[in-house]
Order: sequence, then C-alpha cells, then structure tokens
Amino acid sequence: MDLMGNNGEVWSPYLVGTFIGLLSMATFYFSNQPIGASTGYARISGIIGKFFSKMHTNSLSFFQETKPIIQWDVMFLIGIFLGAFAAAYMGGEIKGTWVPTLWEERFGSSYLFRFCLAFIGGLIMAFGARLAGGCTSGHGISGTAQLSVGSWLALMCFFIGGAITANLIFNV
Amino acid sequence: MNSIVPDSLQNQSNQNIDSAESPDLNKDNQKYNPQNTTQLILGLFFGIIFGYLIQKGGVANYDVLMGALFLTDFTVMKIILSAILTGMIGIFTMHRLGLVELHIKPTRYAANIIGGLVFGIGFGLLGYCPGTGAAAVGQGNYDAIAGVLGLLAGSYFYAEMSGYINTTIMKWGDRGKLIFPDVMGVSRKAFIVYFAIFLTISLYLLERFYALF
Repeated sequence: MDLMGNNGEVWSPYLVGTFIGLLSMATFYFSNQPIGASTGYARISGIIGKFFSKMHTNSLSFFQETKPIIQWDVMFLIGIFLGAFAAAYMGGEIKGTWVPTLWEERFGSSYLFRFCLAFIGGLIMAFGARLAGGCTSGHGISGTAQLSVGSWLALMCFFIGGAITANLIFNV
Repeated sequence: MNSIVPDSLQNQSNQNIDSAESPDLNKDNQKYNPQNTTQLILGLFFGIIFGYLIQKGGVANYDVLMGALFLTDFTVMKIILSAILTGMIGIFTMHRLGLVELHIKPTRYAANIIGGLVFGIGFGLLGYCPGTGAAAVGQGNYDAIAGVLGLLAGSYFYAEMSGYINTTIMKWGDRGKLIFPDVMGVSRKAFIVYFAIFLTISLYLLERFYALF
C-alpha cells in the first residue's frame, strides 16, 4: 500500500476507520472537542446571516446556544475541504464532474436538475442534523464511540431514512 | 483487549457521567478555548487529516455513499465501525486515565428519531453527508457545492424555527446524557470489551459475506 497516496489508490476502509478513531482521540486530547461537521455549517450560516441582519440572527434561540462565530469546528470543516483537495490533487484524482455517474444514468445529465435536488437535499439534511443534534460525524462517529444511546439511534435513523429515500427515487 | 482497558473502569458504572468527568483536568482553561489561535490552527489541521482520510477512503464519492444506502457498497459501514471500535477503546481509556473529558450529546428520543429520519431523506437526495460533502467539493465533485449551499440554508432555516422546536420536539423524551453501559447497569469496562468483540465479529462477517462489493 502506498501510504503517501500518490497513486490514487483507495485505502483499506479498516485502515481509514482506524485512523479516524485515532484522530478522534487526538481531537479529544489536544482540543477537548469531538469530531463533527454539521455545527460548522450552522455557524457559517449564522455568520452569513449576520451580514444581512445581525440583530435578527443573534435573536434566534439556536444562535444564542451556538454562537455564529469562527471557532474550532468551523476551521475543522474548512480543513475537511482542504484535506480532501490535497489528497485528490496529490493522487491525481481531482474529479471535475458536475453530475455523478449513477445520478446521470437515472435522471439524465441536466446540471440544473442535479443542482436543485442537491440543494434541497442539503437543506433537508441540515435541518435534520440540527434536530437530531449532529450528523454522520458528530453522532455517527464521536457519539457512537462514546456509546451514547441517542447517537446510535440517530445513526440508525440516518441510514433508514436514507435507504428509503434512495430506493424511492431510484426504483419507483 | 483486557490489557488496554484499565481495571478501575470496572467500578465506574454507577457514577453519573458529569461527576466522572475528571474535575482536575481543567479543560475549561484558556488553552482549550475553541476561539484561540492555537485551537483554530489545530482545528484546521485535524480537519485536513479528516478530509484526507475521507478522500483516501473513497467515501467522498456519490456512488459509494449511495451504495451504502442501497446496501450494495459497505465501505461506509466498514469505516464507521472501525472508527467506532478504535475511538471507543481509545476515548474511554484516556478518560479513565484522566486525560480527556467525555462529550456526550443528550439523548432526546423524539428529536434523535425525527431528526435522524429527516437527515436520511436529505442524505438520499443529496448523496453526500455534511463531512463527505465538504470533501466532495474538495476533490472536485461540483454538484456537492449545491449541497453545501443547501446545508447552509437548512441550518439557518432550523435556527429560525429553533425557538419553537426547543420548547416542543426537543423536550419529548429528553433523557440527557445516556450511555449504554449505564442504561444496562453493567460496568463500562465489561460493556466495552464485549462490544469491541461484537463490532469485530460484525466487521469480519461484513468482509466475509460482502467481499465482492
């Protein structure tokens, strides 16, 4: 296995998973933070909201608990983007695609249709993540590793809801 | 497995989670303030590693993530279960040694279930989750940009509703911090040992019977 990842080879999922487990130990130890992605989006949405109406944004119940400012989790989210770019760039794997292959086989190659559905999907997903209290990272990795009942429940519901939706849009 | 879970873990099951968070740790001090420069840089650094791993694991791809939902591609499950296995043993061991605090999100049955299913609907439509979506943009899957914009819009929309939700759904079945060993009345050490074995067997069976995918 080429650990530097310069040949674009996919790493073993067990190796990647183990590294993510070790990474979460490191974020607990060095930053006193669990791994998570969705709160970063929420803070950024609030930061953008403050440009339009600072008073309204700050008055919202959610943003009083989760301050719309740049902190650890926002930087972590930006890091995910940069890290994936670095890995893809060094591995010669920059995709440069606008519509995924599987999507195109089912729904055609319209950029607009794919973008609209992706936007709506993202919107619904973020709402669900906030309601559930986390996403596939925050609940699905950090919460489950700490054996939280709610996190295991949420992770199962992510996949149940996802499996039903995916099968409905592709097979009906 | 026994050697890495300290014996003292045995006696912890009846303690409440908050009091078990080592008071001497003083993780509240300035060093761990998520807004200070060191922590911002560390956040970016750890994020870069996470994104790198997501890309190398091949889980920033729409087809792989949808494969997880169609139960035809088990890469996502293998990664998640391996991460849980390592993270569980590592985090609870470090916690027992007084090195880290736990960060357990509250269990709220209605919010976890309804929110989880709503999340799933969005996941099925978008084909990326929040973390893998950011990674997908990074590797040049441009449709994920629309997903990211949707995530921002959805987060703000939730915030608009949060006043109402906090007084309703969030209160239904709110059990606070709840972890399996405490619910089941077994020691953390015993639970972790058996659960680690269970996860390992699950991964083995997954590999054994779905190796072709």
